[in-house]
Amino acid sequence: MSTAVERRQARVAGLFFGPAVLLIGVFFFVPVCIGLLLSLTDFDLYAIGAREAARFVGLRNYADMLANPVFWTALRNTLYFVLVGTPLSVLVSLVGALLLNAKLVRYRSFFRTVYFVPVVTTLVAVSIVWRYLYHPRYGLVNHALGWFDLGPVDWLGDPHWSMPGIIFLSVWKNFGYNMLIFIAGLQNIPEERYEAAAIDGAGAWRRFRHVTLPGLAPIFLFVGVTTMIGSFQIFAEPYVMTQGGPLRSTTSLVLFMYEEGFRWWRMGVAAAIAFLLFLLTFAWTLVQLRLQQGKR
Amino acid sequence: MKRRTLQISSLHAALLLGAVVTLTPLAWMVSASLMPAGDANVFPPRFLPRKITFEHYVALFTRLDLARHFMNSVVVTVTATVLSVILNGLAGYAFAKLVFPGREKLFRALTLALVIPSQVGMLPLFLLLREMGFVNTYAGVIVPYLASVLGIFMVRQYVVGVPDDLLHAARVDGAGEFRLFWSVVVPVIQPILVTLAAFTFLSAWNDFMWPLIVLSDDQNYTLPVALANLVGEHVLDTELMMAGSVLTILPALLVFLVFQRAYVRGILAGSVKG
Repeated sequence: MSTAVERRQARVAGLFFGPAVLLIGVFFFVPVCIGLLLSLTDFDLYAIGAREAARFVGLRNYADMLANPVFWTALRNTLYFVLVGTPLSVLVSLVGALLLNAKLVRYRSFFRTVYFVPVVTTLVAVSIVWRYLYHPRYGLVNHALGWFDLGPVDWLGDPHWSMPGIIFLSVWKNFGYNMLIFIAGLQNIPEERYEAAAIDGAGAWRRFRHVTLPGLAPIFLFVGVTTMIGSFQIFAEPYVMTQGGPLRSTTSLVLFMYEEGFRWWRMGVAAAIAFLLFLLTFAWTLVQLRLQQGKR
Repeated sequence: MKRRTLQISSLHAALLLGAVVTLTPLAWMVSASLMPAGDANVFPPRFLPRKITFEHYVALFTRLDLARHFMNSVVVTVTATVLSVILNGLAGYAFAKLVFPGREKLFRALTLALVIPSQVGMLPLFLLLREMGFVNTYAGVIVPYLASVLGIFMVRQYVVGVPDDLLHAARVDGAGEFRLFWSVVVPVIQPILVTLAAFTFLSAWNDFMWPLIVLSDDQNYTLPVALANLVGEHVLDTELMMAGSVLTILPALLVFLVFQRAYVRGILAGSVKG
């Protein structure tokens, strides 16, 4: 390639990548940096009217946040959602993928589409639907449990059941996504490995244990990390279904941040929560990457 | 032979059970939206309507003016989709094929955004847009959907696979970089642009938290925000709320069914390679 062409490219390249990069810079990176600064100020309702009213307060927002029992409740709820919801969701996705990938399946694409449909539905709308499904008396969920002589459970009214209720909704909503990724992963495992294992006399379970699972290892890592990052950000489900209740049992970190920021206009505190959320997701991702590398 | 038949039928029974469980919430939503008022709140619960009525859909468009919110969502989503395809398409191509100083560094800096949850920037972005006068406008809602690192990434991955000879040939013919992009590159990378469009459409249509934050006047609410607002007053009108949910979900579902292939390609492009 001649240098004249390269020089011309370098000149016009900015017109290609510039608009997108500028938008991401101004409307994402700049706000993230402002957010960090904001978390060190007492920016509140008055400061929204006049920015000068905000003062630098050092780490006071972080101290206030750590001293607030609601923060610890929100952290515990979020970790509950992440630690129980992620493995459950990954497991359901894996089972779905194994079923759909079985050689004997007919109408494969029909089933795949059906399982995937909840993923593209609007979260707010299905949260409302599930709110009614969970109705203690008129809801279908308790009705179905009744067939097995279980329940009735006051899903969204009992602080012990509200978070499991939200977890079931989000597993239903999301499993199709990871399922597709698992299917792709399963199809990438060379057939010869199964054949070799079969010749060695490995039964179905041992083939699964020694061929399928190791073959899916990188997929597990990807799916685990992305699902977990998404789970840390849970917001719409409790906002619509429970408003964080009962007894704050479903108040997540992001819901807590939203309330501090946009209900009470304590922007400084809200920014501190947001930043902590970032540190938490980041640390968790690193830990998971380490764990996986250690295994290999 | 017998064992095989048993395997096939138990496999399909499991698949069918899964399909029923997956579809029941949505089927009930549609069914309840067609029930006369009060019929979704009976014991024991009724799955099919006793009598079909469209009164709740009529109410959504007359009494509740949901058409307005529907149009808000359409304007926001369509604008975001078109602009995002243009912006991310151009940028993804530049990062894949144009030679310019600092390309790799800039790209790596961008991928940093992938580890930062979007909520971290939301509050300050709200304040920033407030200063710019964008709060409570369509523009304010659309801004974060326009350029996305994931979108750029997706296009770049795809464009890398386009043979350089194709571009050389056009350059030798004296085509400028923009004409080259438009008449040579776009036709070749069209599949990934469709994928990107489907992704942007669905995420913009379904988004809740950002429009909730940036729109303060309920006239401007997008459909999901209007729906969440409605459930506050009409929580006892189950059938009406289900009609609203159908209205909100249906466009997303149709877009998915039409662009299913393209959409799935996007999921796999983002995962298996990454």
